Amino acid sequence: MSPFSLGDKTILVTGASSGIGRAIAVACSQMGAKMIITGRNVTRLSETFSLLEGTEHQQICADLTNADDLTKLVEELPKLDGLVNCAGIANPLVLQLTEKEDVDEIMQINTMAPINLSRLVLQNKKLNKGASLVFISSINGNNCAYIGSAVYAASKSALTGFMKGIALELAPRGIRANCINPGMIDTDLLSNGYIGEDEMEKDRLKYPLKRYGKPEEVASAAVYLLSDATQWMTGSSLLLDGGYTLQ
Amino acid sequence: MDTNEFIKNFATQFDDTDLAEFTMQTRFRDLDEWSSLNALAILNMIGKKYSVLLRPDEMKPTNTVQELFDLVKSKQ
Repeated sequence: MSPFSLGDKTILVTGASSGIGRAIAVACSQMGAKMIITGRNVTRLSETFSLLEGTEHQQICADLTNADDLTKLVEELPKLDGLVNCAGIANPLVLQLTEKEDVDEIMQINTMAPINLSRLVLQNKKLNKGASLVFISSINGNNCAYIGSAVYAASKSALTGFMKGIALELAPRGIRANCINPGMIDTDLLSNGYIGEDEMEKDRLKYPLKRYGKPEEVASAAVYLLSDATQWMTGSSLLLDGGYTLQ
Repeated sequence: MDTNEFIKNFATQFDDTDLAEFTMQTRFRDLDEWSSLNALAILNMIGKKYSVLLRPDEMKPTNTVQELFDLVKSKQ
């Protein structure tokens, strides 16, 4: 079997109802994994579910910032070989106009939820030996920063710090943890109307490869980190930014 | 929507320009301290105070406080 195959692996993807999470769920299923997908929006989660290849997949609707939902989700899980933490939000907001509620929302979804989910799957013995934990972090906060996203940057660099800590702590069990640091990716999060098309076009040209990334490209990186091809890779942050941070 | 309140909310997003200098006719893009940071702060302010989510390209054709006020009002 190819070391890049995900056959015989059971993988949980959060934030699977849209964008990067959806692309990762689909790509993993195409590589042979048995998928458990979760997201907040039941309709869009079902849409992702219908796109999965193969059988025996499961969809569980959950809000990972809700402690009861999180506990219930973990109880329902089978043993996992992979966990991809994708759920995230990004709203451009200057600090001057940031309220405590804005900070709480971003930190809860982008940082606390992945930390608590990782904690609970471990405590409930839902991780197989050799499992791979993948966190979708960002170049923002790790490799660079942007105006209007200081809290987002904090949420993503905190995730990277957490990943490093558990990479060390779980290494004796052969469990690996890695981040993917994408630059701007063309997703619904971007096309939610907040950024104008001509602004985006100008921004795309700042990337040496002259475009934003595609969700499918992040998915390929996730498949790589979940597969046995990266059995000796832990504590890493995979940079995926079209060359943006070279400049 | 109250114009005086809008001017005050608008002016708060600037550090070096005095509140008294702002009127509905102020051409904000000509202010010395105008930058993309002010632009984002103003979009955020409009979202928070007036529940209108404007995109940067929608704001772009506006030059005076009055024009921006009219745009926000039309979206409410």
